[in-house]
Amino acid sequence: MDAWGRFRRNRLALIGLALVAVLAASAVLAPWLAPYDPARQSLIEKRAKPGGKYVLGADEFGRDILSRVIYGSRVALLVGLLSAAIAVAGGLLLGTLAGFSGGWLDALLMRGIEILLAFPYLLLALAIVAALGPGALNTTIAVGIWGVPAVTRIVRGSVLALRETEYVGAARALGAPVFALLRRHILPNIVPGLIVYATLFMANAILLEAALSFLGLGVQPPTASWGLMVSTGRDVLLVAPHVATVPGLAIMLTVLAFNFVGDGLRDALDPRLRGSG
Amino acid sequence: MLTFVVRRLLLAVPVLLGVVFVVMLTVDLLPGDAVTLMLGEHATKDAVARLRDHLGLDKPFLVRYLDYVGRVARGDLGRSIQQNRPVGDELADAWPATLQLTVAALLVATVVGLAAGITSAVWPNSLFDAMARLGSLFGLSMPVFWTGLVLIVVFALWLNWLPVGGAGSLGHLVLPTVTLALPSVAMIARMTRSAVLDVLREDYVRTARAKGVAEPWVLARHALRNAFIPILTLLGLQSGQLMGGAVLTETVFAWPGLGRLMVKAIFARDYVLLQGAVLVFALAFVVINLLVDLSYGLLDPRVGRQG
Repeated sequence: MDAWGRFRRNRLALIGLALVAVLAASAVLAPWLAPYDPARQSLIEKRAKPGGKYVLGADEFGRDILSRVIYGSRVALLVGLLSAAIAVAGGLLLGTLAGFSGGWLDALLMRGIEILLAFPYLLLALAIVAALGPGALNTTIAVGIWGVPAVTRIVRGSVLALRETEYVGAARALGAPVFALLRRHILPNIVPGLIVYATLFMANAILLEAALSFLGLGVQPPTASWGLMVSTGRDVLLVAPHVATVPGLAIMLTVLAFNFVGDGLRDALDPRLRGSG
Repeated sequence: MLTFVVRRLLLAVPVLLGVVFVVMLTVDLLPGDAVTLMLGEHATKDAVARLRDHLGLDKPFLVRYLDYVGRVARGDLGRSIQQNRPVGDELADAWPATLQLTVAALLVATVVGLAAGITSAVWPNSLFDAMARLGSLFGLSMPVFWTGLVLIVVFALWLNWLPVGGAGSLGHLVLPTVTLALPSVAMIARMTRSAVLDVLREDYVRTARAKGVAEPWVLARHALRNAFIPILTLLGLQSGQLMGGAVLTETVFAWPGLGRLMVKAIFARDYVLLQGAVLVFALAFVVINLLVDLSYGLLDPRVGRQG
């Protein structure tokens, strides 16, 4: 059975895919879907309860939470996609370099990677954001850097394994440049693994962005970021619990969707890994 | 055995040196001048120069790095910029609270995660298994800080059973522990399930069953003992996740630990304190994983200790 056939039989993966589709649609169509301007304040309606005029209620400035959740999907998806791109690009570069060069450069790179992998991820991201300063772009960079070590390991392992195969040996003997080897022989072999990794990484990247924004070190106000919304809602938690809990629900559903899709992709693309992890 | 411990401890040194290097370098790359940020924009040139000199900021990066490493090796972590107290004292005040929280969470996560994972593996594809697997995906997907807030709303606000935050009594510990443990419960349950399932397929388990060993005994004596090795590795890695989670949990529950101290240090641009806190976290992580490596030998006689 082909990969799509296997994927389609996984009910959770399909639910996840549907959720991701809804999310992508809400990010793209936010200006048309949102019932109100996400920045419009209405001080007489602040902390309005869910139901009535505001379906999901209003926050402490009287801003419509539903509209802000819809606009927040833009931040979550953008940070997730861009940081995954940074992780894959950085990992491809370093992994290829380490795998093909060997020797001391390989040893040095891999030692550095081990240190990074060993380091608690939130602390690493905190250190990077503390250095770069808060903001959406710096958060994306910090989250992306966090993903680089794992991709580097995947790529290097595959380069090392394929370097020894006869067809890559033959291609090298014929004088194929490293870039051509990478594109023609190495990449096709690792793309399925990278897609699975990138999908599961998106789930964690969105969680990490939310965490950094919650701490006040990620996306800055007045941008509608889910983590930031939970953070500001925390101040009114005891009088209006919905202000903090509703955006958190959006984070959870989004992360859950990417986890469902990632698990499904792993089982479909790489049956050897089925049920592991 | 002793050689193994010593060798592993020596291997930890470059890791810690690397961590300090990375943290100092990132702080060094700070946009804008750290000193101006600390003193405010209206500080006199003289005051800025004096603070720069006091912090040694006018020296080249490598000199400062070696300087710091040398002082840390002698047990001097410097003075925090905000409180002007020895960083060692500030860390000493905060770490017991973090230790208490993370150990409690690790205990809960291990007990619940193992129990759920083993049950799932013994009855695979049962209703319990399906629920546990779905539940662990939820556990992995819930933001720690949000879980904490939801627990506060339910147990402190609605039911009024437990305090909203702060530290002091056993009751204060319950919600932060559950919050912090949840993602680890999910990871450990998933890992345990697959490890035990793998072992149950082994020949020696079939042999044990064939010669009539009772099922609980097969599980305890043959299956779990071997499944524990990958689980133990995961526990070591989870301790790192717990430290990261502690930063969020402590913030949500106003828990007076290292994580909150670190966030405060970041906001105050108190990089001396920040470096100290990161160093303590890294050291704890290295020590825990050393303990994990040591316990392999206890569980698996095949593991040589040649290191």
